[in-house]
Amino acid sequence: MTFEGVEASPLLSVRGLTKLFGSFAACDTIDLDIGHGEIHALLGENGAGKSTLVKMLFGVLQPSSGTVSLEGKPVVIPSPGEARRLGIGMVFQHFSLFEALTVAENIALSLDPRTPLAKIAEETASVSRAYGLPLDPSAHVADLSVGERQRIEIVRALLQNPKLIILDEPTSVLTPQEAERLFETLMRLKAEGRSVLYISHRLEEVQRICDRATVLRHGKVTGACDPRQETPASLARMMVGTEVAEVKRDSANALGDVLLQVNKVSVASRTPFAVALKDISLKVRAGEVLAIAGIAGNGQSELFDAISGEYPIADNDGIVLRGKPVGRLRINGRRLLGAGFVPEERHGHAAVSALSLSDNLLLARSRSDKKAFLAGGPLAIVKRDAILSAARRICSMMDVRKSGDDPTAGSLSGGNLQKFIVGRELDRQPSVLVVNQPTWGVDAGAASRIRQALVDLAKAGSAVIVISQDLDEIFEIATTIAVISDGRLSEPYPAGELTLEQIGLLMGGIHDSHSGEKSSGEDRAGMEAAHAH
Amino acid sequence: MFEAILLTVITASTPLVIAALGELVTERSGVLNLGVEGMMIMGAVAAFATAQLTGSAYLGILGGIVGGGIFSLLFGFLTLTLVANQVATGLALTILGLGLSGQIGEAFVGMPGVRLQPIVIPLLSDIPFFGRVLFSQDLIFYMSVALVFGISWFLFKSRAGLKMRAIGDSHGSAHALGINVVRTRYLAVLFGGACAGLAGAQLSLVYTPQWVENMTAGRGWIALALVVFASWRPLRVLAGGYLFGAVGIGQLHAQLLAQSGGIAIPSQLLSALPYVATIVVLIIISHNRRTTLINTPASLGKPFVPDR
Amino acid sequence: MRIELQKRANTSVLFSILSPLLALALTLIAGAIMFGLLGKSPLNSLYIYFVEPLLDVWSLHELAIKAAPLILIAVGLSVCFRSNNWNIGAEGQFTIGAITGSILPVLNPEWHSPLILPLMLVMGMIGGALYAGIPALLKTRFNTNEILTSLMLVYIAQLFLDWLVRGPWRDPQGYNFPQTKSFQPEAVLPEILDSGRAHLGIVFALIAALALWFMMRFMLKGFQVSVLGQSERAGRFAGFSATKMVWFSMLLSGALAGLAGISEVSGSIGHVQPVISPGYGFTAIIVAFLGRLNPLGIIASGFVLALTYLGGEAAQLSLGISDKVSRVFQGLILFFVLSCDTLIHYRIRLIFNPSSAQEGKS
Repeated sequence: MTFEGVEASPLLSVRGLTKLFGSFAACDTIDLDIGHGEIHALLGENGAGKSTLVKMLFGVLQPSSGTVSLEGKPVVIPSPGEARRLGIGMVFQHFSLFEALTVAENIALSLDPRTPLAKIAEETASVSRAYGLPLDPSAHVADLSVGERQRIEIVRALLQNPKLIILDEPTSVLTPQEAERLFETLMRLKAEGRSVLYISHRLEEVQRICDRATVLRHGKVTGACDPRQETPASLARMMVGTEVAEVKRDSANALGDVLLQVNKVSVASRTPFAVALKDISLKVRAGEVLAIAGIAGNGQSELFDAISGEYPIADNDGIVLRGKPVGRLRINGRRLLGAGFVPEERHGHAAVSALSLSDNLLLARSRSDKKAFLAGGPLAIVKRDAILSAARRICSMMDVRKSGDDPTAGSLSGGNLQKFIVGRELDRQPSVLVVNQPTWGVDAGAASRIRQALVDLAKAGSAVIVISQDLDEIFEIATTIAVISDGRLSEPYPAGELTLEQIGLLMGGIHDSHSGEKSSGEDRAGMEAAHAH
Repeated sequence: MFEAILLTVITASTPLVIAALGELVTERSGVLNLGVEGMMIMGAVAAFATAQLTGSAYLGILGGIVGGGIFSLLFGFLTLTLVANQVATGLALTILGLGLSGQIGEAFVGMPGVRLQPIVIPLLSDIPFFGRVLFSQDLIFYMSVALVFGISWFLFKSRAGLKMRAIGDSHGSAHALGINVVRTRYLAVLFGGACAGLAGAQLSLVYTPQWVENMTAGRGWIALALVVFASWRPLRVLAGGYLFGAVGIGQLHAQLLAQSGGIAIPSQLLSALPYVATIVVLIIISHNRRTTLINTPASLGKPFVPDR
Repeated sequence: MRIELQKRANTSVLFSILSPLLALALTLIAGAIMFGLLGKSPLNSLYIYFVEPLLDVWSLHELAIKAAPLILIAVGLSVCFRSNNWNIGAEGQFTIGAITGSILPVLNPEWHSPLILPLMLVMGMIGGALYAGIPALLKTRFNTNEILTSLMLVYIAQLFLDWLVRGPWRDPQGYNFPQTKSFQPEAVLPEILDSGRAHLGIVFALIAALALWFMMRFMLKGFQVSVLGQSERAGRFAGFSATKMVWFSMLLSGALAGLAGISEVSGSIGHVQPVISPGYGFTAIIVAFLGRLNPLGIIASGFVLALTYLGGEAAQLSLGISDKVSRVFQGLILFFVLSCDTLIHYRIRLIFNPSSAQEGKS
């Protein structure tokens, strides 16, 4: 492939790069050029091969075939150490940080062993300030927010004076305001003549800051372009191939009774790394999709645990389900009242990877479907056939692609397993469904299917709570939006009335854009009364 | 009289401290090795046999260290290369060690041992009281003190120690940074085995210079409890080790006192004290879940397979 | 050269069956080498050790006597280990069960009712269960590691037994031997066949194994064990209580160990003495793993490990090797089982060339 408008001697040049895992080609003859002082986007949806490609560029994986050239000379990158020495830095999506150690110690671990710790601490402080991402070298990582942790990763990469910095989905953990700060930093890097490889699936960002883009799908390059000259639709088509179904939604459901209510619930943090819930109140009605927006680590899991009943709370009236106080009731009791739950973690929480799909079905429904799935009274003998046929029904309803009749959950792709997990709950037609991150790490087709299923469920008269980090998703399916930040929940707003900027402010901790200040418990009560639905 | 008791406490505590320090390093790197008892007894028999065959207690010490170290490599191979379950493998190591040492030691039962002689440090040993207690001890005691401070420095002041703590915190992140997790863990396991072997050597060369089957009598397990009790800090291991040593000696003296005083306290009850003390100590240190979580190396016991 | 592991997508069924057999084969090879090093003919020694004990009926009875406590304890342990509760103190629960089960005959040597035996067995089970309840309580209430606590309790139990038989329970007409009076005939667990000494213990073991196999395979309880062992979080999501499972598994294994204890004392020994077990509680751990934590597999592996005990005795008589060689074999079996189990979850690759970046590796 030839690229027009690219300088004759690019900084980084990749030809025919391939990575095989067994017979599966995660990357398939990839060609890529990045110029000096260029911000280059790497686009593609989950599973397209972006992470595998950059892992090869950073020496974490070895290519099966193909060449990589820096400044025109072919190079071999056997390890991250060598990558750094060649001037390539990387900021991973999932941070490689050590909770128990300080910022300076964390950075020291990736630098030249000969530099004393005191000097590293000094340089950390000055470099982080210079690039607009200030850090305290003596702070323990365990005490830092997600945005601050990302700064450590970026500063760590910058301290090595890289020619190319690779960023893997950096804004997925940032508020809109923090993302702005990041973009400023990237512009500064570009002005210094450094290059950036920017991995993202967020088309608007890419169009804003990137000079060129390469699109991957199923491990192959499907397009190389100037993103400013494309439309989001054309970029999406390069990423996904076929048209992805848009979520169809009636303009408004008639809202019915309040099916789930949370009343001023406060929960102390269970572990040193958890977030305490402070004074949370919410209401969801039949026919409503309440979306709770927020950056990871602001109390979403803790809220989910309290509502699901995995960790009951002391105040029985704190959570009211279909009119009954259930604060102290455990999860199966709440299921019996018609609630369904989909946790964030597919592996090791919503499902057990080593168990079959039918076993995973029993996991969530051993109590609620006692009559159908268990026999023999106190012996509780498992009726394998009944469960298996229910599992088949769910798989066909949700179009779950799998190998074999009843494979292990671990053998399914993320999207297919998530479809099964959501379908497992939908199969019961729950009157209340609470979902935490419905489409995280899921391919576009499955994501669209799941979102449509949630919207349809609400339309049929159920109350749906969706906790999500994906603002696009939220705007697509929500009737009402609230924002969770540091364990506090904002007012709910009708979806049409909330702008992106307001959400950003709410995420950043300004709890009520009406008052403009952090509200206390009493103010909340007043506000709630004023905004009673 | 007090001096004599103190000397016996030192002798009783030293093997606990050494074995616990070795296991502390192993666990700081994220590996749980329950085979301390097995490595210790192998060290004891290796030390005794070497000393008998060469006539030198010093070569016996070397034999103990080597014996414990080689034996620990079996554990390392299974858990680090073959990624076997660490709990089960540690148990296997203990069972095999107890059996193998019994087999090897058969030939040496009843033989009088080669006792390790104290090394008297000139000048310092003339200090009243402390001179006799601290500076006229055998080599293994001096090694135990050096180990406490050496390991402290290593873990908290050295670069290599920082890497090891990082691995113990998150082996995935350490691997992503290019740190060789498996190699560091092998070294940590080897060090733990060498220490356990040295502790065993102390038992068969100093504590009771004899070979008796199962002579470790559960000390390896107590050393494991010690590491938890010390929240994985070397100086606290020293304190805890001496506490346990004191309990052990205390109950022996209590038995003598009871007999001479005609008080009918069963000797078995007093012999059970160290084990009861271990349980009590574990309860005290573990029951606060928050602090346990903060102190425990986060990747302890979790299997690690590097992706390439 | 480097060894590289690749996780399998699905656990290999083939190796689930082959692994224990491969482990046994490797143990035999290692054993042959060991016998050679001891100056004995390898093949002859292996024959004396593993084959001879199977050749006469009386010996098969002895095999059943040794297998009974191993199977009984190991099936209980398999439930514990599968649910991620590491009960290492079965030896202590065995001892306490033997003591509580012996209370009636020791304190009432003149009671000749047929009720005495069933009561003894029940009391043995209760004693073992209660003793296992201690580490369970410490784990659930005080977050204390059950491996270390259950193990410390073993030493305490053995000291307690020692005190009992040398003190309050010693037979006054026993010439100062540290043991109780022999049990009255009604308190002795009867033999099952006339051809040898094997007692009802083996029947209990088989019943327990079948019952627990049924539970694990077909009942919701077995499903709970499996889920909680693999992921406590998923178990919580399912509404299963990890705390209740700690109690269930520990009490169950304690009861079975206690039953094994009283069966051994009542059926095999006939009185209480300071040493009542050649380490059954620890060997049972090996039995559990060799049987792949499956109660049916444990029936087979129980007999295999019982054979190592008999072989040790035979080796002592015929070859002049100490019976400690049993312990060595047992340790080797566990080692090889754990090594071979890797093959069930991973594919092993031996890499000979140092890797170069551009070379394809698949």
